Amino acid sequence: MPVVYESEPQSDCDRIVEPAYCGPVVTSAPTKRTPATRSTVALKYSMAVSGLIMIGYLLLHMYGNLKVFAGQEAFDEYAHHLRTFGEPMLPYEGLLWIVRVVLLAAILVHIYAVVVLTIRNRRAAGYAGGKRYHSKQNRTGIQRSYASFTLRWGGVVILAFIVYHLLHLTAQVVTPGGASDSPYDRVVNGFEIWYVTVGYTVAMLAVGLHLWHGIWSALTSLGGNRSATRIDSRLTGIAVVVTLVIVIGFLLPPWAIFLGLEA
Amino acid sequence: MTTTTPAPGEFHVVGDDIRDAAAPTGPIERRWDDRKFNAKLVNPANRRKIKVIVVGTGLAGASAAATLGEAGYQVVSFCYQDSPRRAHSIAAQGGINAAKNYRNDGDSIYRLFYDTVKGGDFRSRESNVYRLAQVSVNIIDQCVAQGVPFAREYGGLLDNRSFGGVQVSRTFYARGQTGQQLLIGAYQALERQIGAGTVEMNTRHEMLEVILVPDADGVERARGIVVRDMVTGEIETHTADAVVLATGGYGNVFFLSTNAMGSNTTATWRAHKKGAYFANPCYTQIHPTCIPVSGEYQSKLTLMSESLRNDGRIWVPKKEGDDRPASQIPEDERDYYLERIYPSFGNLVPRDIASRAAKYQCDDGKGVGPGGLGVYLDFADAIERLGRPAVEAKYGNLFDMYARITGEDPYSEPMRIYPAVHYVMGGLWVDYDLQTNITGLFCAGEANFSDHGANRLGASALMQGLADGYFVLPNTLADYLAASPFEKIADDHPRVVEARQEVEARITKLLEIDGTRTVDSIHKELGHIMWEYCGMERTAEGLTKAVGLIRELKNEFWTNVKVTGVNEELNQTLERAGRVADFLELGELMCIDALNRAESCGGHFRAESQTEDGEAMRHDDQFAYVSAWEYDTDGDGQTPILHKEPLEYEYVEMKARSYK
Amino acid sequence: MKITVNIWRQKDADAKGSMVTYPLESVDEHMSFLEMLDVLNEKLTIDGEDPVAFDSDCREGICGTCGVVINGIPHGPEVTTTCQLHMRTFKDGDTIDIEPWRAGAFPVVKDLVVDRGSFDRIIQAGGYISAPTGAAVEANNIPVPKADADHAFEAATCIGCGACVAACPNGSAMLFTASKITHLGLLPQGQPERDSRVLGMVEQHDAEGFGGCTNIGECTAACPKGIPLDVISRLNRDLLGALSRQAVGS
Repeated sequence: MPVVYESEPQSDCDRIVEPAYCGPVVTSAPTKRTPATRSTVALKYSMAVSGLIMIGYLLLHMYGNLKVFAGQEAFDEYAHHLRTFGEPMLPYEGLLWIVRVVLLAAILVHIYAVVVLTIRNRRAAGYAGGKRYHSKQNRTGIQRSYASFTLRWGGVVILAFIVYHLLHLTAQVVTPGGASDSPYDRVVNGFEIWYVTVGYTVAMLAVGLHLWHGIWSALTSLGGNRSATRIDSRLTGIAVVVTLVIVIGFLLPPWAIFLGLEA
Repeated sequence: MTTTTPAPGEFHVVGDDIRDAAAPTGPIERRWDDRKFNAKLVNPANRRKIKVIVVGTGLAGASAAATLGEAGYQVVSFCYQDSPRRAHSIAAQGGINAAKNYRNDGDSIYRLFYDTVKGGDFRSRESNVYRLAQVSVNIIDQCVAQGVPFAREYGGLLDNRSFGGVQVSRTFYARGQTGQQLLIGAYQALERQIGAGTVEMNTRHEMLEVILVPDADGVERARGIVVRDMVTGEIETHTADAVVLATGGYGNVFFLSTNAMGSNTTATWRAHKKGAYFANPCYTQIHPTCIPVSGEYQSKLTLMSESLRNDGRIWVPKKEGDDRPASQIPEDERDYYLERIYPSFGNLVPRDIASRAAKYQCDDGKGVGPGGLGVYLDFADAIERLGRPAVEAKYGNLFDMYARITGEDPYSEPMRIYPAVHYVMGGLWVDYDLQTNITGLFCAGEANFSDHGANRLGASALMQGLADGYFVLPNTLADYLAASPFEKIADDHPRVVEARQEVEARITKLLEIDGTRTVDSIHKELGHIMWEYCGMERTAEGLTKAVGLIRELKNEFWTNVKVTGVNEELNQTLERAGRVADFLELGELMCIDALNRAESCGGHFRAESQTEDGEAMRHDDQFAYVSAWEYDTDGDGQTPILHKEPLEYEYVEMKARSYK
Repeated sequence: MKITVNIWRQKDADAKGSMVTYPLESVDEHMSFLEMLDVLNEKLTIDGEDPVAFDSDCREGICGTCGVVINGIPHGPEVTTTCQLHMRTFKDGDTIDIEPWRAGAFPVVKDLVVDRGSFDRIIQAGGYISAPTGAAVEANNIPVPKADADHAFEAATCIGCGACVAACPNGSAMLFTASKITHLGLLPQGQPERDSRVLGMVEQHDAEGFGGCTNIGECTAACPKGIPLDVISRLNRDLLGALSRQAVGS
């Protein structure tokens, strides 16, 4: 807090009679400060919250997917029920649209934050001669995980997958294995083709890597970490468990279908 | 009366006695209060018109700058480091004394005063030391309020330990990093004022000259300084109403010391050459438990806490030149020399005795390790008696530090230790107000000579630095500044121009010599001379020889040094060259002072003045004075002038130290 | 032993730098890393070349002045400061790459010397407790639970060297900033300014051009003083609290 002078504001040098020395009042802040509401930390909060919203959605989505093991009727019924959920308080597909809007917002916030931070961080890293460090030794840092290196590009891969996924199973623009009015059929038709299943698997592994570091990072950004190092944290345990649940939960249906084990 | 030629065998002449004109009288416990009450005050509204320069940002400088800034003065602060937080106060390990008597063990302001006067071997001023003990209490309060994380007990109250051989627990500490935590506290207070605009901070600026300007009455006043911007090489002049030097000690005159690489005497030496008296330059504190030198490339020495001597046993092989590893030397071929010579104190004899004893062993060819400059500090018995976990808990961090530096495991083989220069009690002469004999030039912290006499007690350096900066200077400086603002000094004032030209000429000269010897090689040679002849043990013969050697070396420096590069850049060689040039002159004065003081006291041991048991012998009848040296301007420093400030003891009876 | 060093040479802040190779014939394994550079500089000086500029002061690991990136890792392979690294860590015949801290907020001054003034300005923005000299109460009137005092101390051991920034791929100074937030925020004396402190320091951190934290933990791994990573989460919590109190206007 600045020192407050009762009668003499700091900048008002002229008011003093015979100023012996009226040098500049020096504070050396080089650039203008922006409010903390727009700080890097605040951006990390928004990344964390939007990420956690998407994780919540993934868990619900996974629950739905697993209905595939209850058979075609149950699966299609579930898909239909999602559209009529909350009627008549909500219109047809009302909940679905709410979820879609929230998800879209989360994705946009997530992407906005990552773009702003990435540009900023690259500048902050201080490159010289096209590289940060010219040494060819220890290029992978001291203890960084593969997941942390792949977070940004992994995110791009996931985004591409989501677009394809919506075109395939929601909008039915791309229809490997044939289109159908039955969601169950669409799923089964698709995953009986090997490259669809393999592609989906790769995407899920990318999601897994993203979540492994992402969940830890989100919880830490929100102030949850209580341990001294990245490796020790209990949050790492939480991140690994949630990641495994999601990845395995999502991979079970396609592989069951591919191997012909579905109900 | 000053004579102009030195007596035979001497290098100096004797001038008039001096006295501390600011010294208060009356009952000792009232003196500081009286001084504060009688000091003139500065109206808060006027303070913004008054400018104060503070050089150095260690405990004394940072705390002074912050406090003066809070008070509303315009403060301009300088440090050679890249941030004020890096000043060498940061490296102090042990702790800070304060007469809080939290332990109910009979401590008091009076006892701290008494211990400090005695510890200083009766070569300090009673009034100053009493004030130091008084404000020690406020320092702890101040630091805790700033958030200094001192060690605490489970009840949440402050913990204390006993330190440096005193029998009360009055030392406050923050693990082994007390200096760091106190400095960070002062640094944060300083940064707060920089943010508030009351202090202008200039980092990477080195002071190279002080500017004196006579006032209307012809009194020479310190009115500014010349500094070099160490990044651009620009020579800047800064003027103000008063100048405070808080630039630390000059232990690096020995090249190897526990000081930081950049610690130097330039600011105080420049002031000395402009007329400020340099007091007691020969008082040097040498610490017995440092990690020994490992080779000619060695750049600095590292201190290990003296507490190691509580459990470690010091020994050397009985046979000269025994180069077997320690583990292969059987028990009966080891000489536990401290236990043998001093059976009652053993390994816990005072610092100077332990240091000298190690030197004697090594002089006899019994030293161990590279160059035979080391003695063993063995924990084998302690590990056997207490168990390794207990030793680890007590000394683990020190053992780790030792292992990191030497690559040896002190749990399995004994440590090697050797003494090293650690602190200098000498410095610019100041009065009770911390003002030098140059009007308007103040000096605080290790840079002045004020409070420690001939030797400093453990955990007292931090106390003195903060006492000066937080509590003493802000009061006494106000008394001086009450008459200001003084006449404004223009940048083209002849004295300002002259000072700047002196600095520029010196730099040009250093760059033009273009000889064949590096700055460091000359500094190392100076260090060898100082360590050999003006180190732990000094003799008239050795000191006389040293003065001659230093004069030759000084000549070698000014004719054959090689300084690369130009002034207008970051030029670390040039920085060092300027500092070494001043160290050469200071080293000479230290030897002359040591030669004059034909007695042994505190950190100054003259071989000629010892008892039959090898105990230091003071000569109070001849040497109970402060040696304040005046630079001999006419003779280019060849014949310094000694002014004696007699010391009188009203409260503490002068006694000889006894440890047997 | 024989060592080859590749050192970043850059004449001044505006110059373009490059890596320059110097062979060193007789390096003693007991030398400290900086003493090895001293030896090189002595040789360069004798040869009339410009010695390598690098910062160092206390050389006992506490002042935080020294620090270079050694083989891509701030302060090199051991978890300590550059001055406390010794040549015995390396092998005969090794090639060692030596570069300055890289960060937008740490511009290079010359060779291996960088300007870390941004750290001081972050402290100016709130890294203190406003306790004017003389205003303090009796020290033991403020009891502090030992656990809090110890944790505060641990955070306060930061030496401000900047290794965290040099290690962070985002050039973020969150570990440095958060260590001060933690040190002062854990103490009762630090409570009145807790919100203004975190707001001010985070704003200044960003204004200096440091990057954002991605919770990778390289900072803690490189920190010679082992400042724990959880201090960053504490900063995040404090800022969240401060922003929400600001939002509701309390």
